Amino acid sequence: MKSGSNLEKLLEKGEFVITGELGPPKGTDVEVVKKKAALLKGNVDAVNITDNQTAIVRMSSIVTSKILIDEGLEPTMQMVARDRNRLAMMSDLFGASALGIKNMLCLSGDHQSFGNHPEAKNVFDIDSIQMIHMVKTMRDENKVICGDEIEGDFKMFIGAASNPFADPFQYRVHRLAKKIEAGVDFIQTQCIYDMKRFREFMKQVVDMGLHEKCKILAGITPLKSVGMARYMAANVSGIIIPQDIISRLRGAGKGKVADEGIKITCEQIQEMKEMEGIAGVHLMAIEWEHKVAEITKMAGVIPRPKV
Amino acid sequence: MIIAKRKPFEEIKESVKDYKKIMVLGCGTCVAICQAGGEKEVEILVSELKLAFGNEGKKVDVNEELVIRQCDDEFMADPMFLEKIKEVDIILSMACGVGVQHACNFFNRIITEKPVRVIPGLNTTFMGANIDIGLWEERCLGCGDCVLEKTGGICPIARCAKSLLNGPCGGSSDGKCEISKDTDCAWHLIIERLEALGQLERIKPVEMYKDWRSSYSGGPRKIIREDLRI
Repeated sequence: MKSGSNLEKLLEKGEFVITGELGPPKGTDVEVVKKKAALLKGNVDAVNITDNQTAIVRMSSIVTSKILIDEGLEPTMQMVARDRNRLAMMSDLFGASALGIKNMLCLSGDHQSFGNHPEAKNVFDIDSIQMIHMVKTMRDENKVICGDEIEGDFKMFIGAASNPFADPFQYRVHRLAKKIEAGVDFIQTQCIYDMKRFREFMKQVVDMGLHEKCKILAGITPLKSVGMARYMAANVSGIIIPQDIISRLRGAGKGKVADEGIKITCEQIQEMKEMEGIAGVHLMAIEWEHKVAEITKMAGVIPRPKV
Repeated sequence: MIIAKRKPFEEIKESVKDYKKIMVLGCGTCVAICQAGGEKEVEILVSELKLAFGNEGKKVDVNEELVIRQCDDEFMADPMFLEKIKEVDIILSMACGVGVQHACNFFNRIITEKPVRVIPGLNTTFMGANIDIGLWEERCLGCGDCVLEKTGGICPIARCAKSLLNGPCGGSSDGKCEISKDTDCAWHLIIERLEALGQLERIKPVEMYKDWRSSYSGGPRKIIREDLRI
């Protein structure tokens, strides 16, 4: 076992995993975290805790992850390369491990120009692929980058993201291969709406045998409204929403768009269960945590398996 | 070369408003080529200042001078020129940040009668090239450890918004960077170039951590060439 996390154990057992996502509050309100955690509990196997997502300052992902542990859930702590140099990353990883955090996700991070402090200086000392390598070195060799020994054990199940919808498309699978070479254990993809392009991507993944070298979770975000779909397609970097999805939502009629969005999500989950190379789904119900129970029930993926 | 941009007129005017004798000192190399601080730009600024102070009824003496390079002693050592420097209250340097500092340091080393005040009229922006008429783009960050050989001659340190060594990130879309549709994704360009060269294999291995000591992170940099110092 690499970290012995619930997520790792389920994936090792070959269970179709469901992970969720929780955005920390823009302040100190612990109740926000607890409320969202309660809505996710029992419906997902692990919960990603975002790290100043879209470059907006929020409660730290480490602290929020710890609160989640105390609430009886398993966190996957996200870490972006934008805000920390290698010293800060390794130091925070020691702390995270000491607090019982066993999964993490290595990311570049949205550029600070997206967020609420565009005047900030960024770091980008190392990139997300080098971060994977750094965490793997810490875990497998018990050493920090410079070669110094780590006092105590360091265990972490290492995740990263992959975006099949960014460009150049033909190169995306090779970048995934680089993350595997660096030592990633699991991958969560960007939100998938363009199933045709995703199937094409997964065919390349399977042809190269990459799905046998790391576990791939398909990223799914239910669409609440036509406006949200349009906004995401236009403003969220690296997301493609095909016109037929927008037409389908629009066609659902007044008051029924959200239900249609959930229906699409459930259909996607079903298709992902059948797709070769997919080990689970990463369900990002952004500010829609109260719908997760409904979605997982409708998709027939609860109760969650125990290990 | 070094690319710079003139500071807003109001900021310049505010910075010299308390002085009676002002010298606007142009620089004839990089900033002249990028049309920010050469002869023509000095002339325009002097006219603007004269007009603005004139309209306010202020009696100010604004004159113009130009040296080939403010970053080099040899172009500023002319005794006649140094006499003019002594006569003014302030020098508004239209050189890059290197030129402003070097000129200030040089004048204060040579002229002992009184301290010489030198302030900037430009914002030094980047090391770049003239891409088209009226268009300059950043090309180098001076990281001190050039990687262009590996990346098809396109710099990921200067031209990727995240300086990624293993790009492109998930924000690359239609050849553009996530920060703006007006900014090319450097990694998209790198991949296209390497594909054309038949060298895409070169970026498949993981590029390891960069040693930033050769960059600004290592503190102010210095090159000492012993062979030239003898």
